Amino acid sequence: MTLNVQTLSDTTLVMSRTFNAPRELVFACHTQPEHLRHWWGRGNPLDVEMDFRVGGKWRFVEHADGTEHAFRGEYRAIDAPRGFTCTFEYEPMAGHILTEQYVFTEEDGRTTVTTTSTFASKEDLDGMVGSGMEVGAEQSYAALDDYLAKL
Amino acid sequence: MPDPIDGVFAALADPTRRAILDRLATGDATAGELAANFPISAQAVSKHLNVLEAAGLIVRTREAQRRWCRIVPAQVRAVSQWAEQYRRLWEERYDALDDYLDRLQQEES
Repeated sequence: MTLNVQTLSDTTLVMSRTFNAPRELVFACHTQPEHLRHWWGRGNPLDVEMDFRVGGKWRFVEHADGTEHAFRGEYRAIDAPRGFTCTFEYEPMAGHILTEQYVFTEEDGRTTVTTTSTFASKEDLDGMVGSGMEVGAEQSYAALDDYLAKL
Repeated sequence: MPDPIDGVFAALADPTRRAILDRLATGDATAGELAANFPISAQAVSKHLNVLEAAGLIVRTREAQRRWCRIVPAQVRAVSQWAEQYRRLWEERYDALDDYLDRLQQEES
């Protein structure tokens, strides 16, 4: 089955893929270490550490061609078996944090997984989207400077 | 030393700036022309252009009395390449999941 990909914007990707399996099982494959180990590494050995609850962290290390690729993140929302949201980071590119939302829908015994991945810069994560914020902070500090000078 | 791609993503995080880039992808424009395209002040457009320029997504040139904004395709491509790599990785992962689900369900039946 094919993976459909749409780019919603320059920083958001939506992927969907259908599997011949019931939702409970596909959800379990995404959220339980004994299942994840078998596929997430794309056939490469995978170390899985995960604490699947809101605020819990996960870390996967994929051993490919003598090198280790480490990924990590945190679970932000869980609504089993309908979906979950987590953050995703590739350790060599620390700071480039993605938010991934997984939605599982079942129809006629087949399950479609729809993933919305949003790339957020550190500024975005802190709610500092765009340029206005920094300018605003600068202006506030300039006003504070003036005020302090008068005291 | 800030990572150059960081500035790119921060610049792209704003919908107005993405719309400005979409407009520039069709051809060069002056700040005045861009301001006429968007329901925001000329001052706001100018701020957005500064962010896009700092991220290396556009360059500004002067010709006669007019300043032109031009998109820098290579920098915009860096983002789409990232998206492509990400897609390919998930394709491989989900093919592996297909096989694993088949195995699991055969064991069950």
